[in-house]
Amino acid sequence: MSIVEDNTAAAPDVDEDELRRRRARKFERIGKWVLPVLVMALALFAWDRLVVWNGIPHYILPGPWLVFSTLISDWPILFDALLVTLQITLMALAVAVIGGVGLAVLFTQSRWMEMSFYPYAVILQVTPVVAIAPLIFIYVDSRIAGLLLCAWLVAFFPVLSNTTLGLNSADHNLRDLFRIYGATRWQRLRYLQLPSALPYFLGGLRIAGGLSLIGAVVAEYVAGTGGIGSGLAFRILEAGYRLNIPRMFAALILIAVTGVVIFAGLSFISHMLLRKWHESALKREG
Amino acid sequence: MAATSAPLGQRAEVMRIEGVDKVFNGDVVALKGLNLTVNSGDFISLLGPSGCGKSTALRLIADLIHPTRGRITWAGGQKAGDLGVVFQEPTLMPWATVAQNVWLPFRLRGKTYNSVKDEIIEALRLVGLDKFQNAYPRELSGGMKMRVSIARAMVTKPRLILMDEPFAALDEITRFRLNNDLLALKEKIGCTVIFVTHSVFESVFLSDRIVVMAARPGRVIRELTVDAPYPRDEVFRTSSDYAAYCRQASDALHEAMEGVAA
Repeated sequence: MSIVEDNTAAAPDVDEDELRRRRARKFERIGKWVLPVLVMALALFAWDRLVVWNGIPHYILPGPWLVFSTLISDWPILFDALLVTLQITLMALAVAVIGGVGLAVLFTQSRWMEMSFYPYAVILQVTPVVAIAPLIFIYVDSRIAGLLLCAWLVAFFPVLSNTTLGLNSADHNLRDLFRIYGATRWQRLRYLQLPSALPYFLGGLRIAGGLSLIGAVVAEYVAGTGGIGSGLAFRILEAGYRLNIPRMFAALILIAVTGVVIFAGLSFISHMLLRKWHESALKREG
Repeated sequence: MAATSAPLGQRAEVMRIEGVDKVFNGDVVALKGLNLTVNSGDFISLLGPSGCGKSTALRLIADLIHPTRGRITWAGGQKAGDLGVVFQEPTLMPWATVAQNVWLPFRLRGKTYNSVKDEIIEALRLVGLDKFQNAYPRELSGGMKMRVSIARAMVTKPRLILMDEPFAALDEITRFRLNNDLLALKEKIGCTVIFVTHSVFESVFLSDRIVVMAARPGRVIRELTVDAPYPRDEVFRTSSDYAAYCRQASDALHEAMEGVAA
C-alpha cells in the first residue's frame, strides 16, 4: 500500500489532447501575470494620450508621468505620511485580531455572553465610521487613540464574525470524541475549536487588513483638520486645498499599493498556515 | 502476541445495560427495554434496520446521551480510557498528522507525545500504517483513514471499543479487507467490540454474538450466537456454516423489518 504511485517508470507517449491541455495550462499561468500588466499599460497609455491630446491642465488631471515624477520628488513627505498611516493600520489590525478573537472565544464559551453582546457588535459594524468618528474625536483626547479606535471599529467585526463561525464549526463527531475522552473545556478549545476556526479566522483577517487601512484613512480625514497633519489622507486633503493634484494622485497610489501589499502579505501567511491540510490551500489538477 | 478470548459463557463481565429506555422529545421512543451484558473478548454486532436504535444504544453506552429509564453499569466502575470509538466517518483532525491523531486520547489525558510514542507506533503498526505516521489525513485513501481511526480507538487498550457502521461508506473490496484486518487485530490485542451494522454478512463474519433489533420502538428481538472459532478467514466466508448463520441472521432481520416481535 502506498500513497504515492511509483512515477519512475518511463513516461508513456502523450497524446495530442493532453499536449493541448498542457499548453492551455501554461498559457493560463503566464496570462495570470501578463494580462493585468497589459491592462495597466494600456490604461496608462490611454490616460497619457487623453491628457496630451486634450491639453488638460495638470491641476485638473495630471498625466501619469507627472504623477510618477511627483511620487519621486515628494517621496520624503509622502513616505513619512505613509509610515504614519501604516502604523495606525497595523496597530488597528493587531487590536482587531486580539479583540475579535478574544470576543469570539468568549462568545463560544458562554452562550449568555454571545446573546448579550453580539447584537451590539453588529450595530457598531453597520453604523458608518464617518458618522461615529467626529464623536470619537470629541471624547477621546489622544488623536492617535482616536484614529486607532476608528480603524479598529471598522476592522474587528470580520475577525469576530468569522472566528465565531469557525469556533462553532468543529466537526460534531470530533466534538463527541472529545467528550468521550473526557476533554476539558480548555482542551476542546485548544485542540479542536481553535484549529477548526483557523481557516475562517484567516479569511476574516484578510478582509480586516483592507478594512483597517480604510478605517485609518477615513479617521484621518475626519481628524485631519483637527491637527493631525502627517498621514496619507491628510496629505491628500492638503494637496487638494493647494490644487496640487499630482501629489493627490501620488498619495492615492501609495494607499492603493499599501492595501495590495497588506492583502498579499496576509494571503501569504494564510497560505503558509493552511498549505498542508486545508482544501483552500491545496493544489489539485483540473 | 495472540490474545485469544475465553469461550462464550466463561468471560468476565465488562458492562451491563439493564432495562434501558430512551425517549426523545417526550414522545419519540428510540429504545425500549434494552438489556445487554457485554463480556470481555465479546464481538457483538447490533444488527437491524434504520431507526431501530442501534446508534442510540452506542451513544448511551458512550454517555453522550442519558437513559430515560434503566441503567448502564461498568464492572469495577468506568474509568478514563475505558472506551474507544470508531464512527461511520474516519473523524480525523485534518490539521494533524496520522501520529498526532492517534495521540489524541493520550493527549487529552495529559500525556506527552514522547511518553506514549511507542504505543502510538505499535497501534499504527497493527493497522499497517506505521510508515505513514507523518502523513496528513488528506494524503490517505478512505480505507487508510479508517485504519487510523481504528488505531486511535485501540491505542489506549480500552476495555470496550464501539464501532458505528465504520465500513459502511467503503467499497466492497476495502470492506472485506478491513473486516479481515479487524478480526486479526482482535486476535492480537483481545479487545471487546460492539459493532453496529446493517449488513447480515458482515455481522456473521465478525461477531460471536449478534443482537438483532427492530424499529418503532427500537428493541432487541433476538440474540444469535455465531459459534465458529476465530481466526476466521476466506474459508469461513465460503463455508456452509457461514451460509447457515447468514440465513438465521437474515430471517431474524426480516422478522425485525416486518415488526413481528419474537
